[in-house]
Formats: sequence, C-alpha cells, structure tokens
Amino acid sequence: MNHNFDKLHEIFDRHPKTQESLIAVLQDIQKEYQYLPSEALTETSKVLDIPLSKVFSVSTFYNSFSLNERGETVIKVCTGTACHIRGAKLIKDQIESLLNLKSGETSKDKKFTLEEVACVGACAMAPVVITNDKYHGSVKVSNVKKLLKAK
Amino acid sequence: MQIANPKQLNKIRKEYLAKQDQYPKKIMVCCGTGCIANGALKLVDAFRDILKKRKIKGFTVEALKETGCHGFCEQGPLVVIEPDGTFYSKVKAKDVEDIVEKSIKKDEIIEKLLFTDPVDKKKITKYNDISFFKYQKRIALKNLGKISAHSIDEYIAYGGYQALAKVLSKMSQDEVIQEITKSGLRGRGGGGFSTGRKWKICKDIKAEAHYVICNGDEGDPGAFMDRSIMEGDPHAVLEGMMIAAYAIGAKQGYIYVREEYPLAVTHLEKAINDCENLGLLGDNILKTGFSFSIKIARGAGAFVCGESSALMKSVAGEVGEPRAKYIRSVVKGLYDQPTVLNNVETLVNVPIIIDKGADWYKKLGTPKSSGTKVFSLVGKVRNTGLIEVPMGITLREIIYDIGGGIIDNRPFKAVQTGGPSGGCLPESQLDLPVDFDTLTEVGAMMGSGGMIVMDDRTCMVDVAKYFLEFLVSESCGKCVPCREGLFQLLKLATKICEGRGEEDDLEKIEKLSDNIILSSLCGLGKSGPNPIMSTLRYFKDEYITHIKDKKCPAGVCRDLITYEILDNCTGCTACKPVCPVNAITGNKKELHVIDQNLCTQCGACFAVCNFDAILVS
Repeated sequence: MNHNFDKLHEIFDRHPKTQESLIAVLQDIQKEYQYLPSEALTETSKVLDIPLSKVFSVSTFYNSFSLNERGETVIKVCTGTACHIRGAKLIKDQIESLLNLKSGETSKDKKFTLEEVACVGACAMAPVVITNDKYHGSVKVSNVKKLLKAK
Repeated sequence: MQIANPKQLNKIRKEYLAKQDQYPKKIMVCCGTGCIANGALKLVDAFRDILKKRKIKGFTVEALKETGCHGFCEQGPLVVIEPDGTFYSKVKAKDVEDIVEKSIKKDEIIEKLLFTDPVDKKKITKYNDISFFKYQKRIALKNLGKISAHSIDEYIAYGGYQALAKVLSKMSQDEVIQEITKSGLRGRGGGGFSTGRKWKICKDIKAEAHYVICNGDEGDPGAFMDRSIMEGDPHAVLEGMMIAAYAIGAKQGYIYVREEYPLAVTHLEKAINDCENLGLLGDNILKTGFSFSIKIARGAGAFVCGESSALMKSVAGEVGEPRAKYIRSVVKGLYDQPTVLNNVETLVNVPIIIDKGADWYKKLGTPKSSGTKVFSLVGKVRNTGLIEVPMGITLREIIYDIGGGIIDNRPFKAVQTGGPSGGCLPESQLDLPVDFDTLTEVGAMMGSGGMIVMDDRTCMVDVAKYFLEFLVSESCGKCVPCREGLFQLLKLATKICEGRGEEDDLEKIEKLSDNIILSSLCGLGKSGPNPIMSTLRYFKDEYITHIKDKKCPAGVCRDLITYEILDNCTGCTACKPVCPVNAITGNKKELHVIDQNLCTQCGACFAVCNFDAILVS
C-alpha cells in the first residue's frame, strides 16, 4: 500500500519520545491512516526506541487498533448491554445483509468497514450506530438503509 | 493572569456573576454526546445567529450556554430557559426562531416543544416537575446542565476551586484525609473501598513519588456517567484530583479516559490548559508551595484496563495485563510507586465534601453507604438516562417513579446492575434498598452504576450468554481460569440457547463458576461468572425450559423459536424488504407468508410490523 509517510514525523514531534507515549502515538497514526500500516510501526519502534515486538504486542492487544486497512466509512454497531437489549443484533444483521459484509470485514471497493464496539456510552439512545464520527441514536431496522445512504 | 490567592478567586467569581446578572434569562442548550448526535450544535449556531442579528435588549450571545449532559438524552436536543426552568425537548433548528420570539422576548410557552409525561400523557413546562428529574438528588451532577461545560470562569463563578483554596490555605494533609474518611465516601467505580482510607495508606508510604490517577475508563457496557461528568463538568474532576494530590503528596496526576469518549478528552484538555494559564495547575499553586500537573492518557478499547494494575500498565504505554495483587496498587502502583486510583464520580464528590463538610455529606444515603450514586437507567424503561439518587432508595422507586415504568406497559422481568461483573435481579428484589452491601448480598453489584431494565421479551439465558461473549473477548488471556473457564461457560450457555442443553449442564455451570471465582488472577475473572450465576439463581425455570422443552419463553433464542404471520396482516409490505433472506412473500394488501425453510428467525419482520401481525412461538 502506498502511503505518504511525511505526516509520521509530525505525529512523533507532538509526543515525548518515551514508552509512555506509545499508545497515544499509535492512536494518532491510526487517526491519520485509519489503520496502523506496518511501515509506521517500524518507524515508531525506531523513533521511540522500543523493540518492534513490543510495539506489535501493544498494537494487537488493544481492540481499537487495526492492522488491516479500513474502508472510507467505518460503521460501528454498538453492542453494549443497553443496545443489546434494544435489538443491536438485528441492526447488525441488517447492515451485514445490506452491505454483504460480515462484522470485522472491509468491502472489496474499500468503501465500508463494519465493526462491533462494546459500548460508546450513549446508552440512553440505544441502539446506536456510529458512521465515522457521527452518532445515530434509536436506530430502527426500517431506517438502516437510509442511515447507510446518508453516512 | 495567574491567581495568587483565594481572594483573587473570589474577585473573578464576583465579576463574572455581576456580568451574568445583567441577562434576565439564560438559554441552556445541552451539548452532551447524546444531544449533539441529535443536532444540538445546529441549535447553538441558530441561536448565535439570531442573537447577533436581532440585537435583543438585554441579551448578547453570552446569555447562551453550551452545557453538559442533562442525562435525559433520549429526549434531546434539550433547551432549558433559566431561571424559570422552562424545559423544551426534541428541539429542532427551525424552532429556534420561535423560542427567541416567544420565550425569550416574551414569557410565552411553546406547547409543542414541551415534554409529555409517558404515564399520564400530560404536558410539563418546568424541568423540576418532570418525574425523571423530580425524585433525583443531584450532587455529583450538580453542574451538569447548569453551567457552560468549557468555561473555567463559569465554574469558578458557581463556587468552583473554593474547596481547593480552603484545603491549600487552611487544612493539613491529615485533616483532608480525616474529613474524607469521616464522610464515608466509598469508591464509586464499583469496589466501594473507603476513599479516605485509600488516601491514608498511600500518603503514609515513603517513596520517590506518589501519583493520583483518575479512572475514566468506564468499560462497563451500559454505564455512561463518567463520560457525562468528564464532558460536562471537567473542572470538578480536576479539582477533586488536586485535593487528592495535596492529601497524599503527589506532584503528577493522570486521567485515563476511554478512546470512545472523544468529547470528554477535548473538554478535559481545555480545562487543564485553562487551569495552567490561571496558575491552578503547575508550580506553586495559589502561591502555597503546592505543585501539581495532570496528563491525559487515552485508553484504546480494553475492558480489562479498568482493573487497577492493568490500567497503570496502560498509562505507562504497555500492554494492559493485570498482575497478581499480593501487594496492592495503592502501595506499589504506577512505575512501582504508591498510587491512588479514584473513579471520576468519586473525585467529583471530593470538593463538595470539603465545601459542605463530612457531616452534611453523611446525612445523605445510608449509614454504611453515604452520599448519592449516579446510575444510567437504560433498557426497556420509559424515561431512560442518567440519574443521581441518594443511596438507600429502592430499585422500584428508581424504575417506576423516575423511569416511569416499562415501555408499552409490558411486565417487568429483571434489572441488571454492575455490568459484566454484576447480576440480574428479579421482581421479588425490587424493594431492596440500593447500596453497596445489599446489592452484593443478593448476587448483583453496585458496579459503576449501569442499571439495565429488562421486560418479558428479554431472555435471561441470552443475557448471560451476551455477558460471557463480552468477557471472553475482553479477557486478557494471562491466567487460565479466566481465559479457558469463561470460554467453557460460554460454550455451555450457547449450547443451551441453541437447544442442545442437557440436564447436567446446570451443575457443570455452577461447579465451573466456583472454580473460576476462586482461582482467577484479577477482578475480571473473579466476577466473570456473576451474570450467569445470578440468572441461574433467580431464573432457573427459564434455563430448564430451554433444556427440557427446547423453548425460549421470551422469544429470543433463534434456534428455539418460529415466526409466523397472522390473519390480521394488512399487506402493508413493511416486513418484506427487511427480511435478509427473502423468506417473506405476498402482494400489497394481501396476507403475507413466511417460508419456514428459508427463515433464519432473525426477527427483523417482527421489529417492523406495526399491526402485531407476527407471532413468535
């Protein structure tokens, strides 16, 4: 994958070069590229002077990091308890069938990635779906299609 | 400008209040995550435009406040006109003009924007008359919805940083600890350990450094009080941390916030910055010789990081695996130094206790659980949202008086408290007082305050399976009982949900659960079997029906139910397009039919049918 890695050093400059910064650096990289490209992990290891194995273990331990490229729109279906009770699974099934995509996958045209998230703390509006950074509350089976179109 | 002493703090306060007093009314727009999702920022823009253009006498944009979460997110976006407390719900940008013309320029009430009580269907004008708010006692949430969420001046104007000034100028470290101990404040994150005692243990250890960490990880699905507090009243969190730091002798603090809470991070960053500029954080605070700074550490989506030793690893930028706690983290915590870890809600109670005194605080709640507790009342209840109630209130009062009862008047089945470490309580336990010890006795847990209400259409075996799935995916994998034990419990629960359950499975579940509780390394494993144990304790019949009769009475477990369309189908065609496997056939205005060979029992048709024409059996 061809990425412009010029931005990486801007990210490194924002943080002290210590182990304490590792998670924040990885979060900023993911924000920039939507995932953690392997080149970026190698560079992080060099700049922060942390073994690559350790950078890799942190990247795979935490749920919010993705080592695979994600789509233009990342759809997160909240599956927290309140959402579960109010039918989050149904909403997830609808999205899966409409996009022909299983949870955790990215569509071939790189337009959509579907993910499940444990709780986004918007429980009073359950069930909740987040498309990129936009929150959609009280989602119904019947309006999933509209929601995907509007993004 | 740097504030040099408490007098200057008072000066800022008076000047700000004098400026605000010139506005006869204030427009409070709720800007919590929930209201923003429903379009609150568009309202703010619309109000700003109109206030700038119209030049209304006695009004400027400063009378418009972007407040923190009111807790009534489902009704958002919310607009409250103070000082009358006129409460408008589900406001749209096009209503703004009307609000300014009628309710700001004049004193008219806009009927259509008023909240309708779900029980008696009456329109309610004032905030405090709505049953959702009426029975609450807001202490930790006192500023939410009342002040602008990102203005340090406003926080100071409403009494903020007075407790810090009092502590730094008039109290010794031991006096602060004594006051907090006397108040009976217990950890609101779930543990319920005495906050004062924790501080004392930490302070008494001689070490290179002491640390204060605010736990804003709030991993329990179904709880969102810490998010709302960090977003809506960030300075209260900082003030609580500063007092804790002074008491234990810490120079450095951290706030560990979930990555899923971006708005909380933004507001905390601004609050820290504003404090540094005013000299409330940094070196020699209020010229008293006390120095303290705060950094934000963002979590990255790991539930186990709510556990103290795992959280501290994560703050240090490492993998968040817990360690065996022969030595507690208060003794040997972050970078092996003594560390106080307090939850967000615990910390915001601290300045109030210092301000009003331990005796005042102790009068609230019960003898062993003093004060109030914030709950997120969600699930199948009519009024959902964030509530704060005195300890000792009953579950029934919470669900029926504040929550307005169950949606569609369906029968109540269970209430789940304490998140994945907690349990489900049935109707027979509804009159129990809510406090730390009572909930633990009956097999649930206070936890961080998630309270999920379930009706008769919720399957308890499915709920147990849901929590086990969550815990299996969140177990860090370090110790075998948790990693393998919870996985086997999940296999047993799945087997029962899929109709393959055998009679001795229940015994296996009980035995395995006991072993996991006894031998797991950290709290995640030790409390992991709670959801399945508590549902088995109170809803054993439902498990037996699944096993013996191969039926799911709540109509949830897909392998044990069928859907069919009844004769009252109007042929509206709503169900046909949502069926993911095209199992529904039928023409418009004609009876539809489900092909049972194709049907996957997903329930999408049932969810969209407006005529109760689909039967689950």
